[in-house]
Amino acid sequence: MKFGILVSEGPYTHQASDTAYQFARAAIEKGHEIQRVFFYHDGVYNATRLTEPPQDDRHVVNRWSALNAEHKVDLVVCVAAALRRGIKDEVLAPGFRISGLGQLVDSGIKADRFVTFGD
Amino acid sequence: MKKFMFVNRKAPYGTIYALESLEVVLIAATFDQDVSLVFLDDGVYELAKGQDTQGIGIKNHSKTYRALDGYDVEKLYVERESMQARGLSEDDLIVDVEVLSSVEMAALMAEQDVVLSF
Repeated sequence: MKFGILVSEGPYTHQASDTAYQFARAAIEKGHEIQRVFFYHDGVYNATRLTEPPQDDRHVVNRWSALNAEHKVDLVVCVAAALRRGIKDEVLAPGFRISGLGQLVDSGIKADRFVTFGD
Repeated sequence: MKKFMFVNRKAPYGTIYALESLEVVLIAATFDQDVSLVFLDDGVYELAKGQDTQGIGIKNHSKTYRALDGYDVEKLYVERESMQARGLSEDDLIVDVEVLSSVEMAALMAEQDVVLSF
């Protein structure tokens, strides 16, 4: 099955990004496809490579980058939400790309199931 | 064509969810899909008449709801229980809506292909 995912909260403050990541990993392990992960609202903060958590904590941003590197999962950051919050190409972590809200709607159209992780 | 439902649950100001939900709706409207909007919980305040945001220095985006029919987004649903709990009636809203009970709303949600909750 093809899953589309929306992450609408930032890392660390909120569990949404962690749960979305674990869902994506579990789905891939079961043989499903993650068609796209779209980051919206404060979710765009999941994409900045400036993130430096303490060493004994999980690295939310690098985990997403690894998912892209290993499984080519499309990680898309909403341009309007990103610009509002100071997220631009120059601070993007590997594997993320910035694009429009059309990519969110497109994911809803193409995926068999669309799952939202947020508040 | 898929059925997209946008569920608005938050007050219009205080957080950005209502505004950014509206931004997605306007984009979705250009994709030739079956788009509907639902307002429940504090989301019913998004449609309240007489919004004045001057005091908080934030743009009043409530007029955009009135422009939705220009984008062929005409299916607006409000949950009766949420409206009543907040002392609001249809006369207090800036646009024409269809008022549904929570049971009817649940049935409508079950018919959707994609439900986005903000």
